[in-house]
Amino acid sequence: MNYDWRWSVFLQPTLGGAMNYAELLLRGAGITVVTAVLAWLIALSLGTLIGVLRTVPVRSLNAIARSYVEIFRNIPLLLQLFLWYFVLPELLPESAGNWLKALPHGSFYVAFIGLGFYTASRVAEQIRSGIQSLPKGQTNAGLALGMSLPQVYRHVLVPRAYVTMLPTLTSEGLAIMKNTSVALTIGLAELTAQARAMQEYSFHVFEAFSAATVMYFALNVVIVQFARLIERRTAHLA
Amino acid sequence: MNDFDWDVVTRSLGFVLLDGLGFTVVLTLTATVGGILLGIVLALMRQSKRFYISKPAQIYIDVARALPLILVIFWIYFLLPYLAQWVIGSPRPVAVGARTSAFVTFTLFEAAYFAEIIRSGMRGIRKGQYDAGYSLGLTYPQVMGSVVLPQAFRNILPVLATQMIIMFQDSSLVYVLSLTDLLGAASKVAQRDGRLVEMYLFATLIYFSISFAASQLVQRLQARVATPR
Repeated sequence: MNYDWRWSVFLQPTLGGAMNYAELLLRGAGITVVTAVLAWLIALSLGTLIGVLRTVPVRSLNAIARSYVEIFRNIPLLLQLFLWYFVLPELLPESAGNWLKALPHGSFYVAFIGLGFYTASRVAEQIRSGIQSLPKGQTNAGLALGMSLPQVYRHVLVPRAYVTMLPTLTSEGLAIMKNTSVALTIGLAELTAQARAMQEYSFHVFEAFSAATVMYFALNVVIVQFARLIERRTAHLA
Repeated sequence: MNDFDWDVVTRSLGFVLLDGLGFTVVLTLTATVGGILLGIVLALMRQSKRFYISKPAQIYIDVARALPLILVIFWIYFLLPYLAQWVIGSPRPVAVGARTSAFVTFTLFEAAYFAEIIRSGMRGIRKGQYDAGYSLGLTYPQVMGSVVLPQAFRNILPVLATQMIIMFQDSSLVYVLSLTDLLGAASKVAQRDGRLVEMYLFATLIYFSISFAASQLVQRLQARVATPR
C-alpha cells in the first residue's frame, strides 16, 4: 500500500497552532465521554420512569409511555438530532427560538439531550422487560406487607430489574458512547469529528483514524470493566 | 409562528421518494442479504473448535461491535481505494465511489451483528439435533445446512427482522458521505430551498411510518413463528 505512514504527525501543531494533533484527539475523546455520561444520566432516569409507567396498572400511563417509546425508537437518531437542532427553534415562539439559535455550545446541549431521549426509549423497553420478568409474587409479597405500589416499585421491582438487565444495560451504555459520534453532523467536536478534522488538515488519514479507533477500544474496555465491577458487587441481589 | 411552505414537500416528492427512499431500500436489502450470508460464515467460524478459525472471527465481530458506525463508514471510504489498488495492482488508488463504499460498509458492519444473532440462534438448538445428524451419517455441511441452521433461522427470524429495521434507520448515517438516501435527499432539498422544518418533518414522517409498520409486522411474525415445544 503506497501510503506515507508518519506517526510523528501527532506531535505536529494543528491549523490553529494552539495544540498538537494528539491533544486535539484527546479533547475530542473528552467531549465524547462527557456527552455520553450526561446522556446516560438522562437515559437512565427518564428510561426507568417510562419503563415503570409501561408496567403500572393504569391504562392512560401505559399509553403515554408506549407512545414515547414508539416515537423515539422509530425515528433515526441522526434525524432526531436534526429535529432538536434545526426544527425545534423554528417551532417555538420567535424569542425563544432566537435564544436557542444563539446559544453558545448549542450542539453540545442538543447532542446529550437528544441522545438521552433516544436512549431513554431503549432503556425503557429493557426496564419494562426486566420488571415483567420478575415473578408476580414479588409485587404481591410487597403489597401484602403493607407497602403501597410506588413503594413496591422503588424498593423491590426496579432494583431487581436493574440487576437482571445489567448485561443489556451495559450494551446500551456502550451504544450511547458510540452514538455520540452521530453528533458530529450537528457540529459537536467529539472524537470522530476531531479525527476527521485531523485528516482534513494534515492529510494523514489512517494515522488519525487509527488513533480514534484505539481510543474507542479503550473507552469500550473501561465501560465493560466498570459494568463487571457493578455485576460483582450486585451478584448477591440476583 | 413562521409561515411554512408545505408545497416544497409535494414538489420534491419524486426526488425524495424515488431517489432517496429508493437508495435507502436498496442499501438496506443488499446489506441484509450480504450481511446474513457473511454472518452465517462468521457464526460458523466462531463456533469452530479450531483456534485459528474461531479467533479471527471473534476479533472481526468484537472490532465491528466496538466501533461507531460513522467511524467505520469513514474508515472504509478512505481504505477501499488503497485496498482496490493492492488487489488489482493498479499504479494509483482506485476511485471507488461513495455509493460502493457505503454498500461495502453496511454489509461488513451488519454481518458482525447478524453473526451474533445467528450464534445465539444456534445455541438454542439442542445438542441432540447435532448428535442425531451425525449418527445418521450426515457430514458437517449437511448437518448444518439441513438440520441446525433451518431450525435456528426459524427461531431468530423476528430478531433478524428487528436488526433489519435498525439497519434501515442506521442507513441515514450515509449522510456523512453526502449520499442521496432518504435523509440526504430531504436534506438537499431543505438546504436548496431553505425549508428545513418542512423537509425534516416530512422525512421524520416517512421514517416513522415505515419503521413502525415494519415493527408491527415483526410482532405478528413473532406470534406466528413461536414454535410450541
